[in-house]
Amino acid sequence: MGDKKKQKMTPEQQQYQELEQKHELKRPVVKNCIKAFLVGGLICTIGQAITYFYIYFFNFTEQTAGNPTVATMIFLSMLLTGFGVYDHIGQFAGAGSAVPVTGFGNSVISAAIEHRTEGFVLGVGGNMFKLAGSVILFGVFAAFVVALVKTLLTMMGVL
Amino acid sequence: MLPMFFWAFVVGGLICVFGQLMFDIVKLTPGHTMSLLVVIGAVLDGFGLYEPLIDFAGAGATIPITSFGNSLVHGALQEAEQHGLVGVLTGMFEITSSGISAAVIFGFIGALIFKPKG
Amino acid sequence: MLIGKQSWQFANKPVIESWGSSGGPFEAEGKLAADFDVLHDDLWMGEESYEKAHRVLLEEAIKSALQKGNFNKEDMQFMLAGDLINQITPTSFAARTMEIPYFGLFGACSTSMEGLALASFIVNYQGAKKTVTGASSHNSAAEKQFRYPTEYGGQKPPTAQWTVTGAGAAVLTDNPDKQGKIVTTSATIGKVVDMGISDPFNMGGAMAPAAADTISAHFKDLNREPSYYDLVVTGDLGRIGQATTYELLQQSGLEITKEQFKDCGLLIYNDDQPVQSGGSGAGCSASVLYGHLLNQMKNGVYKRILVVATGALLSPLSFQQNETIPCIAHAVSIEMN
Repeated sequence: MGDKKKQKMTPEQQQYQELEQKHELKRPVVKNCIKAFLVGGLICTIGQAITYFYIYFFNFTEQTAGNPTVATMIFLSMLLTGFGVYDHIGQFAGAGSAVPVTGFGNSVISAAIEHRTEGFVLGVGGNMFKLAGSVILFGVFAAFVVALVKTLLTMMGVL
Repeated sequence: MLPMFFWAFVVGGLICVFGQLMFDIVKLTPGHTMSLLVVIGAVLDGFGLYEPLIDFAGAGATIPITSFGNSLVHGALQEAEQHGLVGVLTGMFEITSSGISAAVIFGFIGALIFKPKG
Repeated sequence: MLIGKQSWQFANKPVIESWGSSGGPFEAEGKLAADFDVLHDDLWMGEESYEKAHRVLLEEAIKSALQKGNFNKEDMQFMLAGDLINQITPTSFAARTMEIPYFGLFGACSTSMEGLALASFIVNYQGAKKTVTGASSHNSAAEKQFRYPTEYGGQKPPTAQWTVTGAGAAVLTDNPDKQGKIVTTSATIGKVVDMGISDPFNMGGAMAPAAADTISAHFKDLNREPSYYDLVVTGDLGRIGQATTYELLQQSGLEITKEQFKDCGLLIYNDDQPVQSGGSGAGCSASVLYGHLLNQMKNGVYKRILVVATGALLSPLSFQQNETIPCIAHAVSIEMN
């Protein structure tokens, strides 16, 4: 995608961009990856602890404990988002806090909180899925294609 | 129990590193990256690879957004096994529902009780 | 009078009689806090939404400017101002409060100098006796509109800038008594320059060519050397934009020294504040000029400054449609008479 844009650049633009690249502060990729690894790993470990909690104290099985775990994680992300903490975690951890399901919760909850000033129906309701919508769209559609293909192949006896 | 915590940490961390590389090197937006991860989760489950990952790494595989794609496919396939092709549509949200319901419900509650802090 | 290709010279020297600025909590912790007339400790300013708070910021800056010069809003012929928000509603609603005939302007972060240039032209040619001009921005309102909800855990890269929550305004008049007063003497209107940068988190890199273009045009049109000015100060280029512009100007042969070349976005915050590459926003150049810089001129620190406000003319939609970021810069020269 970046190359397609480069081809449409005039020589003057290309020259400028080379100059500008020299002064551009580069993203600290290695540092960011380490932070993402640590925070992401930590969030998943917390999720694991919560899963065991539900298995041992609430008689869920390993298969079914996933549901309350995810709901609990999203509840926690609501608190962190509402108290203004999640955005600071996000600036530090990047993908480490965006990739876990808490990031999904944060994207919905932050949009909901932000647009309350436009009312609950049009503001909150209309804007809540601004960020998460694409995840739901592509998740559902990808699952549809995968499940369709697999089911058809099974029906045809290929699988 | 303890090995599960370790692998949850490592696998979860690695999936996040993949996301971070999408941010910093491929320069994708968070929306693009999360969508990509969900699709990857769905495809992996199509190949039957995601469930073994969950058995191995527990929350390290169920907490990242990739598991969302996995549960959507799972739900669809389960229903399709019993009810044929229409099951692909009807079963999709059976397993996943807690994530989306929780996000909607807590989003609304959040909007009720919290004010953004800027 | 038109001078050169794209500049005006103000022979009648419109007088900047008084000025005022307002800011938010982040600005209160910054380097220039003492030069702000009004500072708030939260982003809501007693209002129900960020957009309403944004309007309050501009109103306070204007009222402060009027009060410091002993003016009433009824004395003003025109108000020329703008901001970053869709349809510049905060400024329009402030104009509703001020009840002054109003020109709403949009130049993104270059609005402050667009306003000062136009106001100077109008006053210089007796189109008005007294005008008020300014610009403002609000960090949360801008983030909500241009980027992500303010509580979203997105990660900003080091090239990103922090939109200033602040406003600045000044009263510009045709006062014949110019002894010891600060006047505007010329303005150079910029043209839109686009060097193909498309990353909305790198405004500085996108705006640098426009800044260099306008600055070069200014010195060419007015047949001046950079040494004429004590300070050439840009609006919000930030670290990357300033370094890039400096190199571009050196390449074109202009001898500006590093001591002369400053940026409002780098002046306004402390080094330990998490602002990545510096401040930005329409309120950045406005609150720094109509506060710190003019105060410095009044105290005799600077006699002649060239203020170059830079703006990035993109929208969230244009970015999604894979457009690059066109930018513009306007310059106004301000001198102690």
